[in-house]
Amino acid sequence: MSGSLSTPRIRAPRSARAGEPVEIRLLIEHPMETGLRQEGGRVVPRDLLNRLVVRVNGEVALQAELRNGTSANPYHVFFLRLDRTSDVEFTWTDERGRSARASARITVA
Amino acid sequence: MRTALPRRALLAAAALAPLSAPRRASAQTQGHLLVIGGGFGGATAAGFARKRYPWLQVTLVEPRTRFVTCPYGNLVIGGLRQIGDITHGYDGLRARGVTVLHDWATGIDAASRQVRLAGGQTLSYDKLILSPGIALRYGAVEGYDEAASERMPHAWVPGDGAQTLLLRRMLEEMPDGGVVGLAIPANPFRCPPGPYERISMIASYLKRQKPRSKILALDAKDAFSKQPLFQDAWNELYPGIIEWVPANRDGRVVRVDPRERVLETEFGEKHRVAVANVIPPQSAARIATEAGLTDNTGWVPVNPRTFEARAAQHIHVVGDANIPGPMPKSGYVANTTAKQAVAAAAAALRGEPVPEAVYYNTCYSHVGEGYGISVVNIYRPNTEGTAIAEVPNAGGVSPRGQNPEQRRLEAIYADAWYESITKDMFA
Repeated sequence: MSGSLSTPRIRAPRSARAGEPVEIRLLIEHPMETGLRQEGGRVVPRDLLNRLVVRVNGEVALQAELRNGTSANPYHVFFLRLDRTSDVEFTWTDERGRSARASARITVA
Repeated sequence: MRTALPRRALLAAAALAPLSAPRRASAQTQGHLLVIGGGFGGATAAGFARKRYPWLQVTLVEPRTRFVTCPYGNLVIGGLRQIGDITHGYDGLRARGVTVLHDWATGIDAASRQVRLAGGQTLSYDKLILSPGIALRYGAVEGYDEAASERMPHAWVPGDGAQTLLLRRMLEEMPDGGVVGLAIPANPFRCPPGPYERISMIASYLKRQKPRSKILALDAKDAFSKQPLFQDAWNELYPGIIEWVPANRDGRVVRVDPRERVLETEFGEKHRVAVANVIPPQSAARIATEAGLTDNTGWVPVNPRTFEARAAQHIHVVGDANIPGPMPKSGYVANTTAKQAVAAAAAALRGEPVPEAVYYNTCYSHVGEGYGISVVNIYRPNTEGTAIAEVPNAGGVSPRGQNPEQRRLEAIYADAWYESITKDMFA
């Protein structure tokens, strides 16, 4: 583990009704370099996020594999259906094992 | 095919004001071309029809007696032009024999080929050129409605020029050190390089008059027209003044507070600014939607050779309201496609084949005083006639790098373009 990834951005509601789908948006700044691109005649080293994991109260709810076709600054939109007040944790990891975390607490009335 | 004199045209002619153009012998083809909208598409169509097809009877319906152009509006905002320099009237078209009615077209009946006017009149047509422009989608950005545009001007539909002047006045009244915030929409929208020319013109004004002020440009896109050229110029001319935030760095504005002049982005950042210019998402103008011409994008699909609406015969939709394939929503495209639409309509009335179509576009942008850049493209319908395609290797953008003479010349070319196209429309 060396260095750290940028701070992710999250858009999630503070509260939701039980069983109602809530929209979550995530954005993390990352160059997603494929290792195939040249700049000034030199290859830009490969630097890729390879995983996004979303856990709800500790259980994996979504797992995404990111690859060299994923755009720079990966942006995800998805829906969660929650039955109770939940702690949602988001973790991005890159190919060197570095990670960035963010979390949100969504109160279910 | 309509080669005989259409009865409808005679009836329409009888209902209208006396024609200043002489009537041709009845053995000749005649027809009534009705044009709705007196902007880049409509004014061009009306004038071109009288010049090229003098046997056409032409009526133009446009509510305003003066037309303020969107092009060069950014120079007014930057203080380099006056509003009078970009305001035009319809006397030239009248002199060409166009019947100009200053009224609102409120509805189209495609089946009976009639258009209702707010003043109560009903006009019949053989062919309709509809160039109604855009509607601003109020509400698409939460909190941004027509009332909000008085505190956060869009200055994107000039109308009588009030919005353009309002933004200008706010910049003049802003204290030195204030931040000017812009909210820029996703594609498609009117004038793709327009927001970036505007940023440049505002920066030019700030550099001269308010050197401690800055610009925060919040964008719903990750890339824009002529981006490298604009950004090179910003670094060269306005270092440290302009911060451009793309969508992938949370640039998309989703909510505004007009009272506090706050622009709030997708991920919840609230930017309080001294002057806010909100350019909202857009669609085809309401009359096109109400006539059932738009699809679920909010814009009008058209035939690439005739610009006839896919949803209705005899209605040619030109200008920013249509879906122009790879072409931008620009004044130049409105001009060049309006001519093809008129040519196609005239050919249909005479039972002749549609003339071959070639479309041109140049978008000039002023980036500073005596500093212009451009993008040029030529387009044709594809061989199947199903879509419009760019002609390969026929255009390009201004070269990057240090080219001061080229930049100086392109600013002159831009001024000449404006003179030419407005004369083509109104003289």
